Amino acid sequence: MLQDKDRIFTNLYGDDGVDLAAARARGDWDGTAGFIQKGREWLVEQVKASGLRGRGGAGFPTGLKWSFMPKQANGPVYLVVNADESEPGTCKDREIMRHEPQKLIEGCLIAGAAMGCTAGYIYIRGEYVREAEALERALAEAYADGLLGKNAAGSGFDYELYLHRGAGAYICGEETGLIESLEGKKGQPRLKPPFPAMVGLYGRPSTVNNVETIAVVPTILRRGAEWFAAIGPERNSGTKLFCVSGHVNNPCNVEEAMGIPLRELIDKHCGGVRGGWDNLLAVIPGGSSVPMIPKSVCDDIKLDFDSLKNAGTGLGTAAVIVMDKSTDIVKAIARLSKFYMHESCGQCTPCREGTGWLWRMMTRMAEGRARPEEIDLLWDVTKEIEGHTICALGDAAAWPVQGLIRHFRPEIERRIEAYTASQRLAAE
Amino acid sequence: MSFAPDVETFSFPDELRPEIDRILAKYPEARKQSAVMPLLHLAQRQHGGWLPKAALDHVAEFLEMPKIRVYEVASFYDMYNTKPTGRVQVRVCTTTPCWLCGSDDIVRAAKDTLGLEIGESSEDGRFFLREFECLGACCNAPMMWIDDDYYEDLDYAKAVAVLEALKRGETPEPGPQSGRKGSEPKGERKTLVEAGRSSRTPKQPEAATQPSSAPVPDETPVRKGRPEDHQHEPTDPIAEAADEQVGKVKNGSLGDEAVAIDPEPGRTTTTKKDAD
Repeated sequence: MLQDKDRIFTNLYGDDGVDLAAARARGDWDGTAGFIQKGREWLVEQVKASGLRGRGGAGFPTGLKWSFMPKQANGPVYLVVNADESEPGTCKDREIMRHEPQKLIEGCLIAGAAMGCTAGYIYIRGEYVREAEALERALAEAYADGLLGKNAAGSGFDYELYLHRGAGAYICGEETGLIESLEGKKGQPRLKPPFPAMVGLYGRPSTVNNVETIAVVPTILRRGAEWFAAIGPERNSGTKLFCVSGHVNNPCNVEEAMGIPLRELIDKHCGGVRGGWDNLLAVIPGGSSVPMIPKSVCDDIKLDFDSLKNAGTGLGTAAVIVMDKSTDIVKAIARLSKFYMHESCGQCTPCREGTGWLWRMMTRMAEGRARPEEIDLLWDVTKEIEGHTICALGDAAAWPVQGLIRHFRPEIERRIEAYTASQRLAAE
Repeated sequence: MSFAPDVETFSFPDELRPEIDRILAKYPEARKQSAVMPLLHLAQRQHGGWLPKAALDHVAEFLEMPKIRVYEVASFYDMYNTKPTGRVQVRVCTTTPCWLCGSDDIVRAAKDTLGLEIGESSEDGRFFLREFECLGACCNAPMMWIDDDYYEDLDYAKAVAVLEALKRGETPEPGPQSGRKGSEPKGERKTLVEAGRSSRTPKQPEAATQPSSAPVPDETPVRKGRPEDHQHEPTDPIAEAADEQVGKVKNGSLGDEAVAIDPEPGRTTTTKKDAD
């Protein structure tokens, strides 16, 4: 188990103050100017060496992403921080913003310096009203203390940082949807390429990073890339915030080492599965968009990007949704289908129409009001959506249903049989 | 009915001017359309929880953008109400993580207490009840989002208690209703132990927080610089660099980029997922 001394977010639970003085006492803003003065290359190299991979879902190596930004740009260059935390099951960035805002702000400055940015925008989901207020207060304190603006933190680097509030649209968590939204439009994702590193916010080079990705950077620099790289399995280094929700005794956010076994995470930190480990039915390990894994896989799976990928699922945002044997598993996934139908931006036909199809079929499947061969049809529908859309929302809508069919087909068939039998009985 | 009325004309009052200026200062002059969402938030608040057409038109005029662009934004995002609603907005999260923890009971509690169905506002214009998609408080499920506050760790009785208090005109204490402070595990915790126990030199943080116990200035200090504006030049040197990068991505020479989740092991196609 990760030791407390190796935890980055020491105020994750809000035990301590959130103001600048308390943040400084926890070590924030220590030596920031010195890091920035070592220059862009050094900063990017450190992040590369730490092995940090994006914490927002796709797990792209952060240092590499930063290195895509042009070395010379005549005009503004932007860092955009994705604080639109809306992946069902995910609630980690909220804790950073309300309890550790200075880590995020310092990270924004350092990331900005590493990419030659002139300004940064933090795009926070509109529903997080109190968290936005907390962040505005933290920004005001940072500005008042000279940590942002001209000669930010005494580093000689000029950098402005702004907070922008969304208004309730899951799709704005997709990086180009977010950029569109920040430009004052509907959050409909853009076709890539060009990637934001070339044509992003206001047509300028931009990088979009998740809150957690940015907030861990200052600590990585202070403690050294090798410290971060030494935690967790190879290619999956570092600590990670896990959000465990659903049928555990003590749901919570917790920072743990990457690669922690799922069972250890649940048993040690969350008081175990409700009714004991044997009462486990399935787990969605990385937010609603990744396929579920049944108990047999959960028994010894490790939570990191590669282990989960090899198990046919993904780490995603590390939002672990636990379902015990009392769960109506078909209904649970049908509810996710409703979510994706609601959140589809409507731009691509396979997603706009397909998510509605999925939800209607899933609703019938939950009741058993279907024919057995429709299970294959349902699978086909997911395949018509997956990979045929501009952004990954289509894939995200398809995968939970695929995960269900892959692992719980007999349960769907049982329901269809039971329903058919009950209809026959009623008819007689 | 005492909903905020539909109106013929709408404008921001003078006392909102400093707030509006603060918002506008966040975006380059030529990109002030970016302020449409924050201004709609302001307008909705000013108008008692929903946006009449006159408000949308005013924002369009204010930001010098086509009206249709504002209508699009107002109808695209869930938080904007374009029809009259009750003033107190009660939203119950019903997405799977909350549903697993009993959000059906919370919906029932809200319906029972408020006497409303989902999507309805009360006759007296006080309450508006709706379902909402995942609100990002999953470790504290199930929960309700009422106006600006989250009420978490609910069950039927706790939800009723919160709503009854609101009906009486009180402001119930927001946050987890279970005695938890945030999203820490209840009971004995295994992490941040030192921080969690009162043994953590309680006086030291207090001394540290002394200066900031003064009310935080509610005005953000004036930014030293508004975001730099620019004209997009097609002959920008960046464009060349862009082509080069795009070429690399297409050729797959960026190496480690196909890290997006692959739902089927062994499947050969890679998914171009947003890289974070």
